[in-house]
Amino acid sequence: MKTREEIFEILKAQFPDAVLGIDASLPTEPLISIDPLKIKDICVFLRDSEELKFDSLMLLSGVDDANGTKTKDEQGHDVITGGTLSVYYHLDSVYLKHRVTLKVSAPRENPDVESVSYVWRSADWHEREAFDLLGINFLNHPNLIRILMPYDWEGYPLRKDYKNPEFYLGMKVN
Amino acid sequence: MGLLDKEFSEGNIVIAKVDDLFNWARLSSVWQLGFGLACCAIEMMATSAAHYDFDRFGVIPRNTPRQADAIIISGTVTLKMATRIKRLYEQMPDPKYIISMGSCANSGGPYWEHGYHVLKGVDRVIPVDVYVPGCPPRPEALFEGLLKLQEKIRNESMRKKTV
Repeated sequence: MKTREEIFEILKAQFPDAVLGIDASLPTEPLISIDPLKIKDICVFLRDSEELKFDSLMLLSGVDDANGTKTKDEQGHDVITGGTLSVYYHLDSVYLKHRVTLKVSAPRENPDVESVSYVWRSADWHEREAFDLLGINFLNHPNLIRILMPYDWEGYPLRKDYKNPEFYLGMKVN
Repeated sequence: MGLLDKEFSEGNIVIAKVDDLFNWARLSSVWQLGFGLACCAIEMMATSAAHYDFDRFGVIPRNTPRQADAIIISGTVTLKMATRIKRLYEQMPDPKYIISMGSCANSGGPYWEHGYHVLKGVDRVIPVDVYVPGCPPRPEALFEGLLKLQEKIRNESMRKKTV
């Protein structure tokens, strides 16, 4: 069993470029920030390393940080430019009984994140959900299509500047 | 036979209006499409089960829309589901009836303001006969809805409407 700070030190020694830092000031738990284009190698290491053995991805969730510049368009709707979209990974080791939370942040205009669905199969649908609702593009995902919304839906509903369409297939939405 | 049981001796003729006879037959055997959407469906299943026994009103769940007289919209209608509901409704033979059960099917319910994926009332895609309020309605409320529907069927007429 290892604390999150110890896990961070192990990762930092192994991947000095890809591991960006640890935020220990949060009231909940420390977050380890990772480069979005190198997350897969780190996850393979976390899973296979003898001293870490993270065999379970409990949760993968997307978040719209909404930290760009906010402007209004002609109709008065919010438009956010710049900033980041984030993905959080909650990992658990059943063998060693320790946990860790990883975070990657990708630019809002081009949110590319490496898929970890080959590392933990549970990531497959979670990544599809993050793609469906936030538009995060998971590179090398085997089947990155919408999972909840209809396939022909436009836009990503959980983005903070999402604008609901007036009609969908002739049905009034609002 | 209930109502008419042992009222006639052998060989008698009963005279009734066609409207009354057909309406009586229809309202006594409202077969519903076995179709549930959300938490209201749990109440609908409880209504069909032994304790509340929907069958005593002649309501039996059927597994195909071709054999169903009524559809109970029991739960949140998402936009994705609304297209399917419309198709199921179109596959049902006439005469067909719709009971909208619960706040979500009536008006969108808690998804009224921010539900980007919810149809705000199933009456936007198919014509509803009876609205049952509640979130979810208790089985007794669904009974009341069915009795209202039976009342509606009882007053129908096969006659062509004259101007």
